[in-house]
Amino acid sequence: MSLGLLIKFIGTIMDLLLPYILAHIIDRIVPTRNLSLIVLWGICMIVCSVICMAGNVIANRMASAVARDASRALRHDLFSRIMYLSCHQVDTFTIPSLESRLTTDTYNIHNMLGRMQRLGVRAPILLIGGIMITAHMEPVLTLIMVAVLPFITLVVFKISQKGVPLYAQMQRAVDNMVCVVRENIQGVRVIKALSKTDYERRRYEKVNEELVQYETKAGVTMAASNPLMNIFLNAGLTAVVFVGAFRVNAGVSEPGKIVAFISYFTLISNAMMSITRMFVMYSKSIASANRIGEILDATEDMEGLPQSDIKAGEPYLVFDNVSFSYNGMRNNISALSFSVPKGGTLGIIGATGSGKTTLLSLLMRFYDVNAGSIRIDGKDIRAMDGGELREKFGTALQNDFIYEDTVAENIRIGRDIPMEELRRAAENAQALAFIDAFDDGFDHMLTTKGTNVSGGQRQRLLIARALAGKPEILVLDDASSALDYKTDANLRRALRENCPETKATILVAQRISAVMHCDEILVLDNGSIIGAGTHEELLDSCDVYREIAQSQLGGVVE
Amino acid sequence: MNRSPIEKSANGADPKHGTDEKMTGTARIRVIRRLGGYLLRYKALIAVILLFMFASNFFALIGPELTGRAIDAIEPGKGYVDFHTVAVNCALMLLFYIASAILSYINAVLMIRLSQRVTKTMRHEVFEHLTTLPISYFDANQTGEIISHISYDIDTVNTSLSNDVIQICSSIITIVGSLVMMIKISPLLLLVFCITLPMSILFTRYKAKKVQPLFRRRSAMLGTLNGYAEEMLSGQKTIKAYHRESVIIDRFDTHNKNAVDAYYEADYQGCMIGPSVNFINNLSLSLISMFGAMLYMFGKITLGNISTFIQYSRKFSGPINEMANITAELQSACAAAERVFRLLDEAPETPDIQDAETLSDVQGAVKLDHVQFGYTPERVIIGDLSLDVSPGKTIAIVGPTGAGKTTIINLLMRFYDPQSGVITVDGHDICRVKRDSLRAAYTMVLQDTWLFHGTIFDNIAYGKEGATEEEVIAAAKAAKIDTFIESLPNGYHTVLSDDGTSISKGQKQLLTIARAMLADASMLILDEATSNVDSRTEIQIQQAMYRLMQGRTCFVIAHRLSTIQNADQILVINGGTVTETGTHDELMQKEDGVYRRLFQAQFEA
Repeated sequence: MSLGLLIKFIGTIMDLLLPYILAHIIDRIVPTRNLSLIVLWGICMIVCSVICMAGNVIANRMASAVARDASRALRHDLFSRIMYLSCHQVDTFTIPSLESRLTTDTYNIHNMLGRMQRLGVRAPILLIGGIMITAHMEPVLTLIMVAVLPFITLVVFKISQKGVPLYAQMQRAVDNMVCVVRENIQGVRVIKALSKTDYERRRYEKVNEELVQYETKAGVTMAASNPLMNIFLNAGLTAVVFVGAFRVNAGVSEPGKIVAFISYFTLISNAMMSITRMFVMYSKSIASANRIGEILDATEDMEGLPQSDIKAGEPYLVFDNVSFSYNGMRNNISALSFSVPKGGTLGIIGATGSGKTTLLSLLMRFYDVNAGSIRIDGKDIRAMDGGELREKFGTALQNDFIYEDTVAENIRIGRDIPMEELRRAAENAQALAFIDAFDDGFDHMLTTKGTNVSGGQRQRLLIARALAGKPEILVLDDASSALDYKTDANLRRALRENCPETKATILVAQRISAVMHCDEILVLDNGSIIGAGTHEELLDSCDVYREIAQSQLGGVVE
Repeated sequence: MNRSPIEKSANGADPKHGTDEKMTGTARIRVIRRLGGYLLRYKALIAVILLFMFASNFFALIGPELTGRAIDAIEPGKGYVDFHTVAVNCALMLLFYIASAILSYINAVLMIRLSQRVTKTMRHEVFEHLTTLPISYFDANQTGEIISHISYDIDTVNTSLSNDVIQICSSIITIVGSLVMMIKISPLLLLVFCITLPMSILFTRYKAKKVQPLFRRRSAMLGTLNGYAEEMLSGQKTIKAYHRESVIIDRFDTHNKNAVDAYYEADYQGCMIGPSVNFINNLSLSLISMFGAMLYMFGKITLGNISTFIQYSRKFSGPINEMANITAELQSACAAAERVFRLLDEAPETPDIQDAETLSDVQGAVKLDHVQFGYTPERVIIGDLSLDVSPGKTIAIVGPTGAGKTTIINLLMRFYDPQSGVITVDGHDICRVKRDSLRAAYTMVLQDTWLFHGTIFDNIAYGKEGATEEEVIAAAKAAKIDTFIESLPNGYHTVLSDDGTSISKGQKQLLTIARAMLADASMLILDEATSNVDSRTEIQIQQAMYRLMQGRTCFVIAHRLSTIQNADQILVINGGTVTETGTHDELMQKEDGVYRRLFQAQFEA
């Protein structure tokens, strides 16, 4: 870094030396009428130019490397932070906004870092060096020139002060636009089916129009800086010529000096120009930097408990009087208590919106309970670190995600699992047959969101993913809804017989047949348990359960 | 297509190799010409801009000339300064500079407006084009990458238009102007530029050629990075569930490294241009000083002349320097524009054929005649499917997963076109009717629930243009979701945020059912429409569904066989062909039938 500064410094100083030599030639050499001296000094100038070029190229490359490393680190930190944000925070920031912060905003910063370093060193050196040399040549004229600088500083400062909020507004408008585009890509089937294309166009036009307005506003504001600065600088130049005339007339200065002076003046004004351009860049990227900062500064909102005492002799998994609300207004789960013994299977069934998925989210600690506690092996899950807790689980969630990679990688999801394990998991998940039917088997590439496999195949891949890690706790959230009954029955048999390492299985389902063989079944309604027991017990004791069973199993209820 | 080999080899630049990494000169010109096309739509505005630009640069050019005159008036030295001339010239200088600044501001504002219009048009066109693209495009491309075209790529073009184009235009004016002024002072000194100018041009061109593919790579890498980020952000919960954050971050780092490295490589070459051109300029300054000093010595020119000449030569080389810097920007803009254009050139859904009929008063007679289809030609999904559905009938499609059930829906809605065979509705070949009218004839509820950022009301009303409040509430009631909606603090005006979790999957599905109930079409497609809804609620909605299905042709895909028992016809498909067909009772008769086995499996342990 300091070496780069030195190199850049030398390069820039050479730029400054050129007009100095020029003045020397005109004022000192020309009167001597010595041709060879003129050529000698001319060659001096050329040498300076070469050094100047070499210095700048090297320094620019170093600057570019610094910008590369810095933005790489920044993007890494940001992405890591986003990955570790709590679900609640992701909900608040929203995914499209996180996405544009990760892409557009970091790109703006990268751009800025590169340019700032180049201009940021060069411009001040040219400015200060220029002033120093001119002060040495002609202190009075220099004072005149320096007098305009405060005005310019004020203008630049005022304008960038106005610019920052404008750019922040603009970035928000970008977020909105990205949001609309994203929705349109994801909902393309529905939009086309409902022939809502025109409606979407209008919606998009609105955000596009809004964005353009903010962009224009920001642009027009920042555009004022250049002409304003030019006025001040050129006014200074005029004053220099005018006062110079008096000084020459009085014999305290020479015409050659004024010529050189004007040459420096162009240099200085170019430096000032660069500095204003930096401010424009700065205003734009400070808005981006703030948005990135917001994420990096987001405090950990899920606090771990200090090592709590382990309650011995408890069942394996315990929900103890748990309550939770997403928005803090209406309880989504209220005063829920149940337990699962080691080796037990728990079925959860209940109406849409009764809190089934919420319950799982609490168990996996995507959200923290508002009251009560959840314990595994007697230990509060808040006292475990994220890895310790989540590595116990194998989960297949509703409409879980498949990404653009091979089948094997989608099952492995970055874990270190040998091939035979993958095959075993796929086999238990009833996925092996269709995977082997691909020409390239486990190396078959899936498209993003798994659009090149059917819904049922997708679900079986997800179940295979859940099984592959030999989890202690297996959680299947409506994970087999797209499977036909036969496959589903085979799957259940495989889970029962071939997965001895599982200490607890939790099945959430709509179908009675998916849970009826569980050791215990919970019937949820509105966030509370309205029935618990085995299939037979519930048929006796729980009206809702009986009703569901009858509707699904027809007369076959025994 | 069948060009002779001789013709191919005669075509100088090899069209096959490196089309991805290298952009041929002609391709670049095509991109620039196309970009120019956008600008030319605003001819009047451009004319005004050029006029202002010319005036502003002209005024700025007069400055040095006046300075030179003032210095000549100072030249005689002590006691002989011509104050009158100095004062007049200084006053004029001030005047011209102020005028020039004002004009250049107006000019910049106009230019911003111009570039904003172009950007807006581009964004508009890209989106417009997105809406015409076939589903297959969205199935094959990552959301993040598509978004990166519309945000980052267009943004790059925009920046370049508003900053760089104005620079170039004003540079050209300045260059020409300075040249004229310098010729006036000393054609002899101008000879210096005969050495340096070709150097600049040759060097810039050489570098530009080298840098272009690097910039294309830079854009592409950023697109990949964005695509990956989008994909992983959407799967964040799963990644958490498997505690794989660190692995995903490592992979992100690889993409990140590729992106910044590509940026650096482009920069590494690109950042040579500025200082090198600056060097050439300094070289001319040195030469001018030398020769100028000699000429002055021999009394050919005055001191004021040298000053003016140097100022002009700075003015002259300044823009050339700038332009060299800009080439880097322009190249990245070109690369971005090319990506945008490539998206715009993606083949849209085959347009409706000329004088395509509009389907209206659809009765709902659907016929499939030897339909064959595969997403890729090699892998056939639907082998040979024939089907005849009378109006008002309910057809259930049953089969093992992956048998092609959803694919049939894709074909019915014309999301994809069959490779061979014909599908007709009321006797009209659906490839010969307007797509919109075909799709409007169906109401569709999919397993994949899609809601947008907006209120619950808007999301339901989405199904029908200008739906009234009563209609929306009635639909919500029929879909058994109104109690839930009313329990929310803001009721129907609750804003559904993207991926918000306060609403469950099942509730989302109910909302989409409510939406479908509003849309009043003569045919209905239910693809696992209630898969996330519990069966009690399902039974409750079923009544509403049955009402909806009354008298309409209806295609149902469901795994719960209980929901399809009442269908008029059940198709069991496997391997892309119908293996069994009949009513529930008929199919149950078949001792060894697939349907019978499937049906019994659901009650098996």
